[in-house]
Amino acid sequence: MIWPNQMESNVRPRLETRIGVSRTMVYATPVLALLLTMACGSILFAALGQHPPAVLYAFFIQPISSAYGLAELTVKATPLVLCAIGLSFGFRANIWNIGAEGQLTLGAIAGGGLALWAGEDAGLWVLPAMMLAGLLGGAAWAAIPAYLKTRFNANEILTSLMLTYVAILLLSYLVHGPWKDPEGYSFPQSRMFADSALLPLLTMGTRLHLGAPIALFVALAAWWVMARMFIGFQIKVVGLTPAAAGLAGFSVRRLTWITLLTGGALAGLAGLFEVAGPIGQLLPSISPGYGFTAIIVAFLGRLHPLGILFAGLLIALSYLGGETVQIELGLPLAVAGVFQGMLLFFLLATDVLVRYRIRWDRRSTIEEAG
Amino acid sequence: METLAAVLVSVIGAATPLVFAAVGELVAEKSGVLNLGVEGMMLIGAVAAFAAALTTGSATLGILAGAGAGAILALIFALLTLTLLANQVATGLALTIFGVGVSALIGRSFVGIPLQRLQQLDLPGLSDLPIVGTLLFGHDILVYLSILLIPATIWFLDRSRAGLILRSIGENHAAAHALGHPVIAVRYLAVMFGGAMAGLGGAYLSLAYTPMWAENMTAGRGWIALALVVFATWRPGRLLLGAYLFGGITVAQLHVQGFGFDVPSQFLSMLPYVATIGVLVAISADGARARLNAPGSLGRIFHPDA
Repeated sequence: MIWPNQMESNVRPRLETRIGVSRTMVYATPVLALLLTMACGSILFAALGQHPPAVLYAFFIQPISSAYGLAELTVKATPLVLCAIGLSFGFRANIWNIGAEGQLTLGAIAGGGLALWAGEDAGLWVLPAMMLAGLLGGAAWAAIPAYLKTRFNANEILTSLMLTYVAILLLSYLVHGPWKDPEGYSFPQSRMFADSALLPLLTMGTRLHLGAPIALFVALAAWWVMARMFIGFQIKVVGLTPAAAGLAGFSVRRLTWITLLTGGALAGLAGLFEVAGPIGQLLPSISPGYGFTAIIVAFLGRLHPLGILFAGLLIALSYLGGETVQIELGLPLAVAGVFQGMLLFFLLATDVLVRYRIRWDRRSTIEEAG
Repeated sequence: METLAAVLVSVIGAATPLVFAAVGELVAEKSGVLNLGVEGMMLIGAVAAFAAALTTGSATLGILAGAGAGAILALIFALLTLTLLANQVATGLALTIFGVGVSALIGRSFVGIPLQRLQQLDLPGLSDLPIVGTLLFGHDILVYLSILLIPATIWFLDRSRAGLILRSIGENHAAAHALGHPVIAVRYLAVMFGGAMAGLGGAYLSLAYTPMWAENMTAGRGWIALALVVFATWRPGRLLLGAYLFGGITVAQLHVQGFGFDVPSQFLSMLPYVATIGVLVAISADGARARLNAPGSLGRIFHPDA
């Protein structure tokens, strides 16, 4: 291993800080990262004994070459976009809520519990009430790290993550115990929700549900908040220069609460949409890690609501692609996770070009300059 | 007494992977680098150790493979955060997501295959002593290694020149750089040591604690190790205490139902996670004490130009 600052050669690369960020690179690096991921993925597939073009086709093209596939893409993107939008508020202000998976689970428990309690003959009120319960359930779960952070200065990364494990165990207890379907042949699952407690489908023959346009609306609203409202400005200032935020009198404490509660509420809504949409009941596992993957979506989307929309669709495609290569080529589903991890690595690696430019300096010029 | 000895032995088993992973992270953090990818590195270590031990039949090779795999994953982290100046929090999260995926991919053909448990060191005479023999002399090599790691780390950080340089870099990287210390090189080594130790922790899980491979078998231990470093206020001695405390909670959770308490198993399984939150709150509440040994440059990007 040669460290850049110890290289003995005449010419060496040096990172020079840019004045401001490069607008070109902000948009170019996600594309570059995707291309690098596809290249590395091809090598990986070749190593697994597969023909790379066939895998890439099965991964990226085949899943969305039908109307049903496109609807599925939207179904999977919905929870990712909702969670990622919520996380992006916090990440911008350097508040690292990584427990969206737990908040999603609590939203599903709160909203799903309401659906089970209302039973078969619930009126039209039940679905809006469930959405509210989902929002509140997620927000309540996120309120714990917010309180522990603002009151006791406990690290929100660790507390929010620990609470994810607690939430998943709580759901497991409920579907194994008090909420178990008595006619479910002892499977750990709740009763199916009544029709009035299910999200209406937008097109027949697919699973596309009302959650998708709501997620789109949330993304647009988030854009407006970040770009036009004072609170959006405060979030950005706290993240970029905490000292300036302090001088301006912005309360980090207040922003911690707001960003964590918003993130929790949106993750909770995403969880409710999953159980009231594609799943239709409570199960021990209601999410293939959407809350964690949303972290990748948030970064890939540049923490920008519109970017997150595109990133959500791309990562949703990686889930569909993972399923397709599993069925068509017998590759394990974990391929999707590897793809997502690689994409984030390459994005973080190429991000260096946004803030720095590479200079190839001769030793002598450095000495002159230094 | 026999039961008590058996319980204590399982506490040691539950604590050992935490000791490894947490000591590694402690050294990396002392050099000023916050690596949140411990969970991913442990998983990679676990699957690599299992694969190597199963295919070669050698536990030693398994242990080395676990440490090596953890170090390689840590190298990716180091490359991104130290050379390409990426955000440490985001990169650490990516490392965990990547580690979960890659370990599942590598391990898919190993699920459900049993493995011979890591051999216990047989100390003639001593291991046969009643109770004391089981408690003190009936363990495998990794348990002893994890315990020896603590005084070794204390000596390295507090008494050696290299440790002093490492701490000075973690405390104030600009000052250390001005004094001519190789900030980036030292951090590379510290991060890779952290990865190797996390890999060893993973190897202990898949070779000794539960000799098998299962997806996500670390079940959050990497994150608990991160919390232990905060709990220990960056001091190796307290780290050992913390790890054994957590080992105790993990084991207590398994035995509570045996003592006739009718508590749903899920609530008992929550205990280690709730306890982690509890100790974090207890330690962090007194801000001055929590920050006393915290490295000053922890998590900050070092770029000599800036």
